[in-house]
Amino acid sequence: MRWPLALVPRAQPSLPLTWLSPVAAAVLTLLAGALLFFLMGKDPVQGLRVFVVEPLATQRGWSELALKATPLMLCAVGLTLCFRANVWNIGAEGQLIAGAIAGGSIALLATSRTSPAILPLILFCAALGGAGWAAITAWLRDRFNANEILVSLMLVYVAQLLLSWLVHGVLRDPQGFGFPQSKLFESTARMPVILAGTRLTIGFPVALATAALAWWVLARSLIGFQLKVAGLAPRAARYAGFSSRRVLWFVLLLSGALAGVAGALEATGPVGQLTPSISPGYGFAAIIVAFVGRLHPLGAIAASLLMALFYIGGELAQSRLGLPSALTGVYQGLLLFFLLTCDTFIAYRLQWRRNVPARA
Amino acid sequence: MTPRLALTGITKHYGDVAANADVTLAVMPGEILAVLGENGAGKSTLMKVVYGVARPDAGTIAIDGAAVEVTSPARARALGIAMVFQHFALFDTLAVGENIALGAPEYPLATIDGRIVELSRRYGLELDPRRTVHDLSVGERQRVEILRALMSNPRILILDEPTSVLTPQAVDRLFGTLRQLAADGVSIVFISHKLDEIRRLATRCAVMRGGRLVATVDPRAETEAGLARLMLGADPPTIAAHDSAPGDVALEVAGLTVRGPERRHWLHELAFTVRRGEIVGIAGVSGNGQSALMASLAGEWTGRAEAVRLFGDAVGDLGPSARRARGLRYVPEERLGHGAVPELSLLDNVLLTGDALHRRGVLRRDEAREYAEGVIRGFDVRTAGPQARAAALSGGNLQRFIVGREMHARPRVLVVDQPTWGVDVGAAAAIRNALIALRGDGCAILVVSEEIDELYQLSDRLMVISKGRLSPAVRARDVSVDELGRWMAGLWPSVAEARA
Repeated sequence: MRWPLALVPRAQPSLPLTWLSPVAAAVLTLLAGALLFFLMGKDPVQGLRVFVVEPLATQRGWSELALKATPLMLCAVGLTLCFRANVWNIGAEGQLIAGAIAGGSIALLATSRTSPAILPLILFCAALGGAGWAAITAWLRDRFNANEILVSLMLVYVAQLLLSWLVHGVLRDPQGFGFPQSKLFESTARMPVILAGTRLTIGFPVALATAALAWWVLARSLIGFQLKVAGLAPRAARYAGFSSRRVLWFVLLLSGALAGVAGALEATGPVGQLTPSISPGYGFAAIIVAFVGRLHPLGAIAASLLMALFYIGGELAQSRLGLPSALTGVYQGLLLFFLLTCDTFIAYRLQWRRNVPARA
Repeated sequence: MTPRLALTGITKHYGDVAANADVTLAVMPGEILAVLGENGAGKSTLMKVVYGVARPDAGTIAIDGAAVEVTSPARARALGIAMVFQHFALFDTLAVGENIALGAPEYPLATIDGRIVELSRRYGLELDPRRTVHDLSVGERQRVEILRALMSNPRILILDEPTSVLTPQAVDRLFGTLRQLAADGVSIVFISHKLDEIRRLATRCAVMRGGRLVATVDPRAETEAGLARLMLGADPPTIAAHDSAPGDVALEVAGLTVRGPERRHWLHELAFTVRRGEIVGIAGVSGNGQSALMASLAGEWTGRAEAVRLFGDAVGDLGPSARRARGLRYVPEERLGHGAVPELSLLDNVLLTGDALHRRGVLRRDEAREYAEGVIRGFDVRTAGPQARAAALSGGNLQRFIVGREMHARPRVLVVDQPTWGVDVGAAAAIRNALIALRGDGCAILVVSEEIDELYQLSDRLMVISKGRLSPAVRARDVSVDELGRWMAGLWPSVAEARA
């Protein structure tokens, strides 16, 4: 039996669908999620209310959303630049951890009398830490043509083990009853809260500003133009005389620095100390965010808010409905799955078989 | 005797271009037929029709006297037609046997190795079926492709430019295999534009030009020059009357030697000059070192500083933007992906070589828009405007845009690779006129082309590139097409003779 529908290539990729696809994917994810609630014996309407509506019902809910979106946004903006340059940095998670270690180590030096000038220093060192971690990938790719996908991914696990080793050893809180975590940071080394009564820190406006700046870099700066050309047509980049090495180093160092800042904002923001599980996979989720945001820095803002909703919804579903917290991961996977499905229709359209011209 | 394969009146249009026009051709059992033609002459289209990749607009195909419809490559294989493509389609991480098994579902994997060994012994294609493809040399990989084609016992074997990636020794072995296959009754169709190989291998040669079959000859009875002349066309060249008075030396190449990857595309001790106010043309069949020469002149490849000089300055070690700063501009052959980024707008595409269109790392988009509008107006580019994507332009319009973009920068030296390749007649004439006008302004121009007519129309002096070496430069009016054809086979007189 022949499938009555056929995929036919479009003459031109559809521009409206490019932006409708992530919206459709989000809707389909919620519908599939409702089905999932139903299959687990929960009322799907109530499930969706807990998952989607409740987090947005209060000011505190919105602030938590923005707080969760902050690291996702910072990582996704950096990854957007990488992916546009055809540099496949999969290791934002590792760069985030390296930044948390670097920034957190500075924060641990603070006392109750330390001046607020330490805060920019923390972020600066976190950026250095993240960029340094990404530099390993850049150097191996530049010098030995090592595959950046594998190298950056493997360095995630190295970073996780490094953090674990540090909080089991030199950075462990002596008064912490042997728990593998650092002492709590002094309040002088904590990121200031910008909305009283919430946990939302200056990290969020920093992330928004970063996304805007990245948009400017892509649209108006020479290096942004060079990285787009390097990603789209490497031969044209050579023709123009653009250095592919310069682009490689630029995007990896920049995305590493942004991920590093995200790590320090988490550590010195909502977490307040260094723990082995500083990130619930923000660096990986940011890969999905970058694509849902159409590899556009401003798209990454909306996409990171959506992804943050899934994180919070997953937590609420766990505490309120008694569902496993793995639900967040399932939603992430569903979102990516539906996005890839919907993206097919940017370049193809469905057609009834009998109208298809006879083809081999 | 009934021909094994008979094509009658094959016609295939792509848009307004006739890729094949009324081609009638037959191949006998056990015959080795060469199909000769320049790039774009229609050889590949014809083979795609035979192999079922493209459907003809008109014409019939018959095998052993019976008319057949070749609707797909699978149908072609069922009819006993096999094809070895120029670009390999092998899985690097799989073994030879596994790769072949993927294309031959009728043989179980367990017994396929025995069959491979048997075939490879018979045809001198030694290959261990258990070796992994990524360990194989290019010649060995091609053997895998040929074995894969032979698994179905084809009666017709088509090879598309099979020698372009091979060393001379590997070519000898391939020819041995093909002769043996022909002796076993397989009809072989061999597509090439290498004259010496055709004369060594084929017993009959079909020559294509502009989509038509223009001659069928016995290549062993022809000289290479004769074959070249058939391929290029015998129309008397029209020489535009130039009364140019060349000025100082603008571009000087001396001792330029390049060895590419794969050790094939050599440039061997090239030396020439181009003066202000003259056009120098380089003729030759593609794949004889033109791309290495272009990359070396444009700065995409760098080497010894003294090998390339611009107005006396050694620039051989400088990149493209540093050479642009000294007045050298370059129009590459490939428009999409090399001369322009298809996905980006024309405005963005002027930024590729627009060194004055950014300052301190910030793009000057207003200036870029003005520049793009200037190019569009000045060179009659038919487009919606600077915001149009490069991919949306027709070939001729995009070529006008790229040539215009480089000319608009008022170059002092212009290097152009195939200025009118794949371009309609109107755009071709406009581009040639623009080049002649630019020469009048004192620019030094180097044109590489496969079109002899074009070179005669444009050039003050002509050279021929063959196997990475350059012939002496002669005045265009002093050399006949016949002579150029001989030179393309590498048979040019020494410098002393040329001067005499």
